[in-house]
Amino acid sequence: MKHQSIVEALREGIAEEMERDPDVFCIGEDIGVPGGFGGAFTVTLDLEKRFPDRILDTPISELGFIGAAVGAAMMGMRPIADVQYSDFLFLAMDQIANNAAKLRYMSGGTIKVPLVLRAPVGATGRGSQHAQNMERFFIGVPGLKIVAPSNAYDAKGLLKAAVRDDDPVLIFEHKLLYGSKGARAESGTTNASSDVPDEDYVVPLGTASVRREGSDVTVLAWLLMLHESLAAASLVEPGISAEVIDVRSLAPFDWQTIGASIEKTGRVIIVEEGPKTGGVGAELAAGIMERFPDKLIAPVTRVASADIPVPFSPVLENLYRPDRQRIAAAIRDITS
Amino acid sequence: MEIELTDSIEVSQTYSKSFLLGLYERMVTCRQFEDRVKLLFLEGTMPGTIHQSQGQEASAVGVCAALNQDDFITSTHRPHAHAIAKGLTTEEMMLELFGKSAGCSKGKGGSMHIGDMSKGMVPAIAIVGGGMPLAAGMALSFKLRQRSQVVACFFGEGATNEGAFHEAVNLAAIWSLPVIFVCENNLYGASTAYSKTTRVPRLSQRAEAYGIRGETVDGNNVVKVYEATRQAAEECRRGEGPVLLELLTYRRVGHSRRDPAHYQDKDEQAFWFGRDPIDLLANGLVSSGDVSEAELRDIDARVAQTIEDAVTVAREAPLPTEADLTTDVFAMELNR
Repeated sequence: MKHQSIVEALREGIAEEMERDPDVFCIGEDIGVPGGFGGAFTVTLDLEKRFPDRILDTPISELGFIGAAVGAAMMGMRPIADVQYSDFLFLAMDQIANNAAKLRYMSGGTIKVPLVLRAPVGATGRGSQHAQNMERFFIGVPGLKIVAPSNAYDAKGLLKAAVRDDDPVLIFEHKLLYGSKGARAESGTTNASSDVPDEDYVVPLGTASVRREGSDVTVLAWLLMLHESLAAASLVEPGISAEVIDVRSLAPFDWQTIGASIEKTGRVIIVEEGPKTGGVGAELAAGIMERFPDKLIAPVTRVASADIPVPFSPVLENLYRPDRQRIAAAIRDITS
Repeated sequence: MEIELTDSIEVSQTYSKSFLLGLYERMVTCRQFEDRVKLLFLEGTMPGTIHQSQGQEASAVGVCAALNQDDFITSTHRPHAHAIAKGLTTEEMMLELFGKSAGCSKGKGGSMHIGDMSKGMVPAIAIVGGGMPLAAGMALSFKLRQRSQVVACFFGEGATNEGAFHEAVNLAAIWSLPVIFVCENNLYGASTAYSKTTRVPRLSQRAEAYGIRGETVDGNNVVKVYEATRQAAEECRRGEGPVLLELLTYRRVGHSRRDPAHYQDKDEQAFWFGRDPIDLLANGLVSSGDVSEAELRDIDARVAQTIEDAVTVAREAPLPTEADLTTDVFAMELNR
């Protein structure tokens, strides 16, 4: 057992999978340049020393190299592709949504696309184009599996599950949770490190996790907002008992875990970093109301960002991103 | 860069009679398949839309004749001739076009996504340029696994103005990947003439910008296409790829469905219709003295019968059912 940050756990998970299976390789920009930075947030730092032929640095060419990753996956390789900022996924949208997600169906089930695509999200002082929570743009694309780890244990376990899965898996990671060090360290981070076992393990795709048990209200969140929601649950104690669920799998949702909690509490708050309109929370809310209408004793509530591009000025960015106070206020509202 | 567009093919003794008749038979199969499909479409029994390739048979057949069975092709929204040339049966194709569950993609792909991985054809990618990064990635898998396979990536001249062309060709170039980029220049992107979209007289000139070899060939001369592709494939297998081949050809039909192609210049039509790829080879074979008209007519009749049989099978085959609707999305279902 060791205590690791998300970057350390991801790096170790990638190395172990590459060790285990010669078909696993990494492809992306600035991921393995000696003297460089090991990807935008150091996840692949120094891996090129161990796997000189399987850490492929690409031109700045997201459409090209993500499409190439899909093509290699289609032939049975297991690429781990990454973009420096998830905002760049728009450049590769055709390859992800039209090819990776659809090749299996269009081929009548003969093609597998075991692609892993990692992408950092979150507002972090970089203005509008290096800041978005891109999850929303992919949850409605049938054929994709999507996960979002909030701690180091999950990051490694989900990565391993994704590499071993035969379908395309998108992993959204949060810049403020990485725990990157040195020149690539972020300011204003949240500690997401955790104990990580020495032995091999996976965290199954498609599962949510109850992070804090409670009986009055269910708070659904993922990535950074999970941490803020846990803090909010402490703020409203002892008067209100909030259950906090790490949604973790955004496609598909784990309705079993979510439903069991709603059965207990009857109230739901969905917390999302990103504009409220058309977000992941909208789909969660609609799904809850379709599946558990008789369990709800209050309308589903959302805490999300304003419908604006991500602002730069730190004071505006903090107003954009939901925080523990706003979540706590929503918890008090729904239980009053 | 003047390309000689002759109105006859001189059949040399380099090739056996059976090889040349094989080329003839495949081209005739492409033509008859397309003509029959057009009738089926007009009579209203065939669903969907169609993009046909009458007039472009020599490029499909010449390229694929130079490939090995375990080499791959990627194709476009106009894929029927490519599929036949790579070895798909007209029956599995006709079934697919009729949307039947016994089709090569269980009726889930249709005309624009026809393919069969077991025969080396990726389901056709109907987004212009969308198959090119895939081809680079497939070739990357061959390189990483040290295999000697190549990918022939078909696309039209219109695709060369897509970003995907630039990114895929550049990636293939920097990694010396075994891809033959086969540009079928039929002079029109849908209804828009080549001269209105592109300033270089020959698309093969663009190869120089990527540091790779480019060549323009008479795409209606099946022997020339075969020879150029064979050379390109050898270069690719030696690690000297990729190669950009521009095949000059002409579409004898509209872009899709009932398009009468009024935008095609009359003199231009007369010129290209006068050098039909099938007639060019047939005339060459007959004037060589080795092949009689009667032999060719026998082949024509045999092909017609095969296609008629395919139509009968396809008409009578069962349709997919509701149980088929949601299968083949994932290779590993997450039962949530």
